[in-house]
Amino acid sequence: MSVWIAIGVTAVGCYAVKLLGLLVPAGALERPLVRRLAALLPVALLAALTAQQTFADGQRLMLDARAAGVAAAAVALLLRAPFLLVVAAAVVVTAGVRAMGG
Amino acid sequence: MTEQTALPDAPGTGGAGAKPDAAVVRDALGVGVAVGLSGFAFGVTSAGSGLTLAQTCALSLLVFTGASQFALVGALAAGGNPLTAAAGAFFLGVRNAFYGLRLSQLLALPRAVRPFAAQWVIDETTAVALAQPTRRGVRIGFTVTGLTLYVLWNLTTLLGALGAEAIGDTDAWGLDAAGPAVFLALLAPMLKNTTERAVAALAVLLGLGLLPVLPAGVPVLVAALAAPLVLWARGRRAGDTEDGAVRGAAEGRDER
Repeated sequence: MSVWIAIGVTAVGCYAVKLLGLLVPAGALERPLVRRLAALLPVALLAALTAQQTFADGQRLMLDARAAGVAAAAVALLLRAPFLLVVAAAVVVTAGVRAMGG
Repeated sequence: MTEQTALPDAPGTGGAGAKPDAAVVRDALGVGVAVGLSGFAFGVTSAGSGLTLAQTCALSLLVFTGASQFALVGALAAGGNPLTAAAGAFFLGVRNAFYGLRLSQLLALPRAVRPFAAQWVIDETTAVALAQPTRRGVRIGFTVTGLTLYVLWNLTTLLGALGAEAIGDTDAWGLDAAGPAVFLALLAPMLKNTTERAVAALAVLLGLGLLPVLPAGVPVLVAALAAPLVLWARGRRAGDTEDGAVRGAAEGRDER
């Protein structure tokens, strides 16, 4: 039951913040500073998430095969590879490094 | 709606110089399909963490923001208190409010439509929508990405949860690298100038540096402070030079 409570709270909370962002009056967004912030916040959040999902295990930092996989994805991005190929590179290289005992 | 935005409304078929609709749809499908397929990794992980099939599918249907879903099942699997686990997932989801701020300018949706569009306000739809030069493109990009991703993410979640037993160790298959690779692919096109790169670098330092010392989910929120911090630092530096204000204004216009 407690798992369902966690799911319910998460679902309601996550939907509420999505809706909140869309409902903020347009006037509040016209100020240049707010516009710049709204453009830069996703950059900060995505960068932090990428780093955490690459280098963290729970609350510990660690360097493992994922780093090699994400590095492969970065190379694919620099070579302008399509999205699916970028993700595939990360998965294949990570699995490959693990298979070799990395 | 009377909302004013810097975005031009493209004429019906997309005027000269506008990105063709087909190109927008292709981009949106690329992201929607690739990320949608990674719902498989979530289904496997969730079922492997001890959640039932119904619980796993409910998360993808109702929460529909991958990082929060992964965070929740991770915290529950680690034996965390359900409310603490939900709080961590919620904190991660707060970033979608900032995406919504941006999207509401670009989409300019009627108020009645917003509650329905809200569930699709996530990293991927925002990234695709933001990459489009016209309002028509933004709307097509958002809708196609949202629909494709929602349908596929839920289907693959179900398949993943059903197949969890057969797959065995998802990490051995490298599926845990799919998440960060997706985020990286979304982030890369946003890093156009030094301000954006400085924000990303500071956010990485904050996100990793605070991870061991703050509760799950909170470091990402603190990392969001990189945006106002870098803007503030740039404002101070620009203030030192006479043309600072002019330069700032010019850059402000550059932003879409």
